Amino acid sequence: MMNIESMLNSRAAQIPPSGIRKFFDIVASRKDAISLGVGEPDFVTPWHIRDAGIYSLERGHTYYTSNAGMLQLRQSVANYLSRRFHLSYDPNGEILITVGGSEAIDLAVRSLIGPGDEVLVPQPSFVCYSPCVTLAGGTPVPIVTKEEDEFRLTADALRSAITPKTKLLVFPFPNNPTGGIMEKEHLLEIAEVLKDTDILVLSDEIYAELTYGAQHVSIASLPGMQERTILVSGFSKAYAMTGWRLGYACGPKPVIGLMTKIHQYAIMSTPTTSQYAAIEALDHGDEDIALMREEYNHRRRLMVEGFRNMGLSCFEPKGAFYVFPSIKETGLSSTEFAEKLLDEENVAVVPGDAFGKSGEGFIRCSYAYSVKNITEALSRIERFVKRHLK
Amino acid sequence: MHKILKILEKNSHLSAREIAVMLDMDVKEVEAQIAKMEEEGIIVGYQTLVDWDKAETERVTAFIELRVTPQRGEGFDKIAERIYQYDQVKTVWLMSGSFDIGLICEGKSMKEVALFVAEKLAPMPSVISTGTHFVLKTYKQSGVIFDKPQKDERSVIS
Repeated sequence: MMNIESMLNSRAAQIPPSGIRKFFDIVASRKDAISLGVGEPDFVTPWHIRDAGIYSLERGHTYYTSNAGMLQLRQSVANYLSRRFHLSYDPNGEILITVGGSEAIDLAVRSLIGPGDEVLVPQPSFVCYSPCVTLAGGTPVPIVTKEEDEFRLTADALRSAITPKTKLLVFPFPNNPTGGIMEKEHLLEIAEVLKDTDILVLSDEIYAELTYGAQHVSIASLPGMQERTILVSGFSKAYAMTGWRLGYACGPKPVIGLMTKIHQYAIMSTPTTSQYAAIEALDHGDEDIALMREEYNHRRRLMVEGFRNMGLSCFEPKGAFYVFPSIKETGLSSTEFAEKLLDEENVAVVPGDAFGKSGEGFIRCSYAYSVKNITEALSRIERFVKRHLK
Repeated sequence: MHKILKILEKNSHLSAREIAVMLDMDVKEVEAQIAKMEEEGIIVGYQTLVDWDKAETERVTAFIELRVTPQRGEGFDKIAERIYQYDQVKTVWLMSGSFDIGLICEGKSMKEVALFVAEKLAPMPSVISTGTHFVLKTYKQSGVIFDKPQKDERSVIS
């Protein structure tokens, strides 16, 4: 009989499964667990955006669009990025519409990285960067970001990770899971390090609209940076549109061109309905974002306060919708903490080491939940922590 | 002040302490502002939104439109005041458009409400005409969907 296992692509087969996925399988067996585990907004997509998608179906817009995405949508992306973040991109050739930010990340890595190339990945961070690099044949090189640096990438840490093989820096800010952000003064330090190198930047700005206090600054908006930056973003987090699977990449024409070629072979074009909805979101959605941001901010403060009252150290997140409290005081590992918490109090959180080894000693709790859900979860976690605090 | 109101409008259950944390304010300050708004009649009351259909009680709701002759020197206020005194009357508005006063009225049965309109409202000297519309189903009230409550469809971990 044929041995299917031996026929699998070894590079793909050897990639470890996502730590989030692993824990999901444990939690899925519980019926009534309260969860702080999700990575998506609890809001439903605002009605006027859903309506635009429905209307496009009524009108019979059910065909492929151009590979790069509808020109009108690319134009709206360009207008939006200029209005919100002072960026200037040409809708013809510098913008590609993708299936979520995730596809854009994969395409960017595949377009730039091959065997022998090193990619710097600040961690803790979202789970997809290193596997994408490995699949492309490159080598992911983690850079640890620390709580004492407010989970920022520092110029020193960057400098000491660079080798002659370094080709790309993944730049995941605002950060999932830590909530760390990079403000302009810190971006300037990073730009200074990169300026005399040939290193490109893959800036994942999917949480750009969800910052609390300081307005997000794109690293691409700094002098000399746009030419070496591939900006990746999408509609999921800002407009509560995760299920529509739509994102985009912006960058230098040669890179976007190559990404578009791969996209054309792998995907053809993104869902047409989603593209129509996205135009409505970009053109008329600023107010929705402001409302949701305010809600998240209320909940963010409740969570931080809740964890600090338990006697845990909790970095105040400045972006995204997660808190990343340290659970080192309990003497438990992240996974032990998460599993015991589920067993004893039926609350699901994600172990910090799912986001890289340096996430060990932390847990990720999402505040994309109702205040009621958050308060109940916090009081259960508090009971749990009291029992286990050393 | 408006930030507190917006939070309370959606959920009056929250404590001053919770609101203070949510808005990054001092608890004492939140308490003081709420007290002041209660005193000034900005916050008029705290109620619970109930879907009585699901509670399976006998209760009917009607929207009633009245055309009214305003009274010299009193306008519509006097007649509105006489109407809102009745316990059956839950809401009273002065309206623009084809009628003058709109009200929401509750009773145990259609008959009871119809009789109330016929016996109490219609005979008032300044009332010219009445129109009664019974509510058959509440889909949404005060910003909350009654019809199909949203469920969290997200997977527990993602």
